Amino acid sequence: MTFSRKLNQSFCFNRKGGSTIEIIKIVGVALIATFLALIIKEQKPNFAFLLVVFVGCVIFLFLVDKIFEIIHMLEKLAVNAKVNMVYVETILKIIGIAYIAEFAAQITKDAGQGALASKIELAGKIIILAMAIPILTVLIETIIKLIPS
Amino acid sequence: MGLEVDIIFKIAGVGIVVAFLHTVLDQVGKKEYAQWVTLFGFIYILFQVASIVDDLFQKIKSVFLFQ
Repeated sequence: MTFSRKLNQSFCFNRKGGSTIEIIKIVGVALIATFLALIIKEQKPNFAFLLVVFVGCVIFLFLVDKIFEIIHMLEKLAVNAKVNMVYVETILKIIGIAYIAEFAAQITKDAGQGALASKIELAGKIIILAMAIPILTVLIETIIKLIPS
Repeated sequence: MGLEVDIIFKIAGVGIVVAFLHTVLDQVGKKEYAQWVTLFGFIYILFQVASIVDDLFQKIKSVFLFQ
């Protein structure tokens, strides 16, 4: 415990260090996890796999505040430009689905199940297409209106 | 981020200890105990990983405007 606390202190030089310190923190955690996974993989491969899943979650949870700020900015921009909020919401949902599908597919591929990974990707693509149906319909109707009959 | 780093070390430590115990119990000749030790270690780690995956999915839901 003391060792990890010391390590933590050395990676968090100061709390308000800005983004440079944060990338150093993430790289440190990822490198430590890689070494630990290499050590455990010889004895127990399933433990190493769970460790990798955990580190993936930790890194995303670390980034989630920044993603929230970016999305908040996008929303404000859309409100100012008087875009219909339904479209913005759909696009954000599509980004979320793409992220979840990518996460699961990478982890499944890492565990050696390439077939399952490609099925997950297929499911993500089809669900995204199904969510985009309203936008596509509006687009096609607009184009048809533009054509003089 | 401090808590998560602690849990990373905890997972790795449990893995190493379980591997060690498995080897020792195998040498002694208690094969079934070795299997049980591995199973319980795996369940413990799986519980922690599952709870953080749940946390991740909740965060994604709240950030990307599901509901």
